[in-house]
Amino acid sequence: MKVNVTVNGSQVEAEVPDRTLLVHFLREQANLTAANVGCDTSSCGACTVLLDGRSVKSCTLLAAQADGREVVTLEGLAGDDGELHGVQQAFRAEHGLQCGFCTPGMVMAAVSLLEENPDPSEAEVRTALEGNICRCTGYHNIVRAVLAAASERRPR
Amino acid sequence: MIPATFTYQRALSVDEALELAAQAGEDAKFLAGGHSLLPLMKLRLAVPETVVDIGRISELSFIRDEGDYIAIGALTTHSELSQSSLLAEQLPLLAHAAGQVGDPQVRHCGTIGGSVAHADPAADLPAVVLALDATIVARGPSGSREIPASEFFSGLFETALQPGELLTEIRVRKPAGPGWSFQKFTKRAIDWAIVGVVVQGGNVALVNMGSTPLRATGVEAALAGGATAREAAGHAAEGTSPADDLNASRAYREHLARVLVGRGLEEAAARG
Amino acid sequence: MSILGTRVMRTEDPRLLTVGGTYVDDLRVPELTGAARVTFVRSPLAHALITGIDTEAARQAPGVVAVLTVQDMDDLPPPPPAPEGEPPPGSEAAPLPLGGVWSEPLLAVDRVRFVGEPVAIVITDDSYLGEDAAELVSVDYQPLGAVPDINTALAAETLLFDAAGSNVALTIGAPTVEGAFDACDVVVERTITNQRLAPVPMEGRAVAATWSDGKLTVWVSTQNAQISRFILAGAFGMDPGAIRVVAPDVGGAFGAKIGADRDALIVAWAAKHTGRALRWVETRSENLVGMTHGRAQRQFIKIGGTRDGRILAYRNEVIQDTGAYPRMSGFLPFLTGLMAAGPYDIPHVETAYRVAVTNTTPIAAYRGAGRPEATAAVERAVDLFAAEIGMDPADVRRINLVPPDKFPYSSGGGAVYDTGNYAAALDKVLDAAGYAELRAEQARRRERGDVLQLGIGLASYVEITAADAAGGETARLMVHDDGTATVYTGSSAHGQGHHTAWAMLVQDQLGIPLEQVTVIHGDTDLIPLGVGTYASRSLQLGGTAVRNAAIDVKEQARKVAADLLEASEADLELDTENGVWQVRGDPASSRSWAEVAAHAGPDGLAADANFTTGQPSFPFGTHLAVAEVDTETGKVRMLRHVTVDDAGPVVSPLLAEGQRHGGIAQGVAQALLEEMVYDSDGNPVTATLMDYAIITAAELPSFELLSQETPTPANPLGVKGIGEAGTIGATPAAQNAIIDAVSHLGIRHIDMPATPVRMWAAITEATSAPITGESQ
Repeated sequence: MKVNVTVNGSQVEAEVPDRTLLVHFLREQANLTAANVGCDTSSCGACTVLLDGRSVKSCTLLAAQADGREVVTLEGLAGDDGELHGVQQAFRAEHGLQCGFCTPGMVMAAVSLLEENPDPSEAEVRTALEGNICRCTGYHNIVRAVLAAASERRPR
Repeated sequence: MIPATFTYQRALSVDEALELAAQAGEDAKFLAGGHSLLPLMKLRLAVPETVVDIGRISELSFIRDEGDYIAIGALTTHSELSQSSLLAEQLPLLAHAAGQVGDPQVRHCGTIGGSVAHADPAADLPAVVLALDATIVARGPSGSREIPASEFFSGLFETALQPGELLTEIRVRKPAGPGWSFQKFTKRAIDWAIVGVVVQGGNVALVNMGSTPLRATGVEAALAGGATAREAAGHAAEGTSPADDLNASRAYREHLARVLVGRGLEEAAARG
Repeated sequence: MSILGTRVMRTEDPRLLTVGGTYVDDLRVPELTGAARVTFVRSPLAHALITGIDTEAARQAPGVVAVLTVQDMDDLPPPPPAPEGEPPPGSEAAPLPLGGVWSEPLLAVDRVRFVGEPVAIVITDDSYLGEDAAELVSVDYQPLGAVPDINTALAAETLLFDAAGSNVALTIGAPTVEGAFDACDVVVERTITNQRLAPVPMEGRAVAATWSDGKLTVWVSTQNAQISRFILAGAFGMDPGAIRVVAPDVGGAFGAKIGADRDALIVAWAAKHTGRALRWVETRSENLVGMTHGRAQRQFIKIGGTRDGRILAYRNEVIQDTGAYPRMSGFLPFLTGLMAAGPYDIPHVETAYRVAVTNTTPIAAYRGAGRPEATAAVERAVDLFAAEIGMDPADVRRINLVPPDKFPYSSGGGAVYDTGNYAAALDKVLDAAGYAELRAEQARRRERGDVLQLGIGLASYVEITAADAAGGETARLMVHDDGTATVYTGSSAHGQGHHTAWAMLVQDQLGIPLEQVTVIHGDTDLIPLGVGTYASRSLQLGGTAVRNAAIDVKEQARKVAADLLEASEADLELDTENGVWQVRGDPASSRSWAEVAAHAGPDGLAADANFTTGQPSFPFGTHLAVAEVDTETGKVRMLRHVTVDDAGPVVSPLLAEGQRHGGIAQGVAQALLEEMVYDSDGNPVTATLMDYAIITAAELPSFELLSQETPTPANPLGVKGIGEAGTIGATPAAQNAIIDAVSHLGIRHIDMPATPVRMWAAITEATSAPITGESQ
């Protein structure tokens, strides 16, 4: 079937098998390989992207379900001028990544979290990231990064 | 990791969904949020020939105050339920429980209709719906009908829904009193409940203590008879048939049920 | 001021945070255009004979290029002959397979020995069709009795390798010395389990390969490109010069991606055999049974000492479950024995081990590789001893820690520890944690009979890093005529941030800003000689090699600059703040690195280094964990984790902390949650990430890290390895805390992981009325 998804502001249209998962549509049709497949039970969150502004696990959606809708991936997070999103900056400043494989999904999950809860406590951050697994960082600096990004956004 | 081949069809109205399902026959499945169905399809434990995507039927996404009951459209997501100010005020149990399902990404997609129709006894919302004595509204080729929650869950992943019938709405009478509790006991925050307890007033339902969500009738009868929370909790495991699995023995689940019912009743009492 | 020791953001991050890394599945290089996909057909049975494989239906399926079995592998050289006679002494340390009767084939020949063992491969145009076609391969199995665990292996009713005559592949060490524990007032012994774990790097195994013009190119998610090349050359009877191995970005490894494994060899062979470019990216379900597992030791511990807390004797006897094939021979339990005594000055130490095969996934290195097992055992033993004599476990440790004036120290396990300040680490942690107040809070809760009880657990540890120091590490440093520099390193980062750290080392020596230093690793065409990253060896060996190459470049540059400036070498200085050469005291004379390099000739400046002193190093520390146990439900919450991890001078605080955090999380995960479980038929029960309880952010607190730096003489940087230390210290601290929380009920030990059901069973047993036997 023909699927047309607006990805990072640009339309991506392709004829794909009905069973195509959104994550594979993004990686192969849209040629955006930041979102990664880390599991097969919707457990790890490495595939997390934004669908109509909300975090979703793109491995647990058919591309067809995103037809006509808007997806934002890590590659679309920075501004047009290349300025990093506050969450990207915070992850760098706080050393919130090591091997980088979970990072695209972790960053998008954090972006969505802060949209819904702009001033989370540490406990709320940890719970909100329960669907995003990282094996390298022990989460300590990821949590710091999210809290730092939240703090940065807070009106002074 | 990848579903077996199937034909995808999209419905934009309930009538269209019923039509497509009727045409496709027995091997068709409705796709709402997809977070119960797609994981099964990816492991090829479910291999429907046709998938009817109902996720865009906007008329099925609502939370309405209908006077003495709240009407919730089947496609209302867990996230919408947990963030609803109407539910926070009128049905805080449901708002809270929905906020405990899975993780934020799952909650953005998963729907109450999908969860209840899937009828996993380890899931949170089927037991909540049972504790609330909700009414499930279903539409099929021969029209609409109302099914009490107590008659809805018939077996493991089995409900009273007929093939080709669509769950469209869940109706919950506004609770008489303010006492409620949701006790979800897990190993990790992300896990399914090893055992869960739902309390709404004098109604107590159990998660993962059998092949369907169950009402803790022994507890309810004891409470109605004037027992204290602690005494009533002692009846929690009556009439249950919990599984032995990786995370718990049968005996442990029975013990947890008693402990969690006790805690749930105390928390509900503290709320009013 | 040196950049070393300062908080420097990683140079790796801008790319990873904007477009993501380029892992094997992301590669879009021209050679892989149109690459076909490989899907494995794996055994669903733990132990069976293969009586037939029917590939006809699969070969007819849409998009199928080929279906290959062992029958197609007629283009491989025969396996090397079995070694004759007894293995030479000390060879139990060799990380090479035992070979001979214990040999492991590539695609299964006529027998499968673990669920997940590769039996056939299907090559298709895309991965979706591969999954469909793989289902059509029909394999006839004749089940054999399953050997799912150590007990069944020792009972030997079924053998995995009939010609071996036994399921025990190695036996090393003597029975206990007569009278060794006689002088002890108190002796405690116990059999404990260090459970099987799955490494679960977020990127599983992945390989892409092409065969073109007589050259085999293999991209593999590996920790060691050069070692992988030698493995491939040996397996295929090829000249290593005809093979290029590239490690692209690697999404975590933790020791489970050392070299190129069996499945990687199959994919590389298939590329050569078919002439098609191929790519294989395993699923998580495959990864949980196909990637090697870690730990899996049964340990008999016996500890004895005086009533006033002095440990006199300790025995550590291990049965290593090595899975279906003894890939690492005795190496892991050998390391366990080597480090068995931990940081304690114990007069009499005995170690012994056996290696047993079972019908489970083969065991290999996993973060700590044999040393977490040693520390977990001795730290349990110390707590058991402390409980027996009624002494605070912190005091028992302090009494027995090797004092700072006894280094280098020959430990009872056989290792010689270079430097250490163990008691300082212990006291620092106790102080920062507020130990006395924690004990007071614990006492208050016990007094009140609270449902939520508090436990405090300690682990003092020492571990061995760069155990294979003899192999050294390479570096080539080039300074170009534009003033930038390139480092070619034999190390192979997979998240550790070497590119930043190596650039810091260059900036420190030469004053070239780190943003202008490019670091390259993991390509055998560019770096033919190197060892790679494991055993926490990279900074001490690879980093020192970079430093040494920089010093070499500096001295070459001095001569060139002297010529350029028409001055004597003795009058020249390198201003590392500004990265310029000048006549001392005359900034106007300064010349940039670009000018000096250009003056050196068309290739600029270059130096090679290959560093080792042949000495491993011994980082150490103390961890303190605080656990809260709900005594009604058995649920455990980890509240705090306080550590000293002393690995000598810290080159990059950011990177060192990150390694400690990650290590602590994996260590706590073993104590609290994770276990690979098999049923009695050898079927893996925890075969997805829903069931294998990998730890998430919600189960962990933020960590409290303290600083202590005790250098080593083993290298000029004075640094030891930090990569595995966190894991080694964290597991026993967490386990001891959890047990401590319920010790007032009379509980002395609970095996890991402390799942709610296991905790509840222990609490119930401890609190049952003994006479009637009824539970409460």
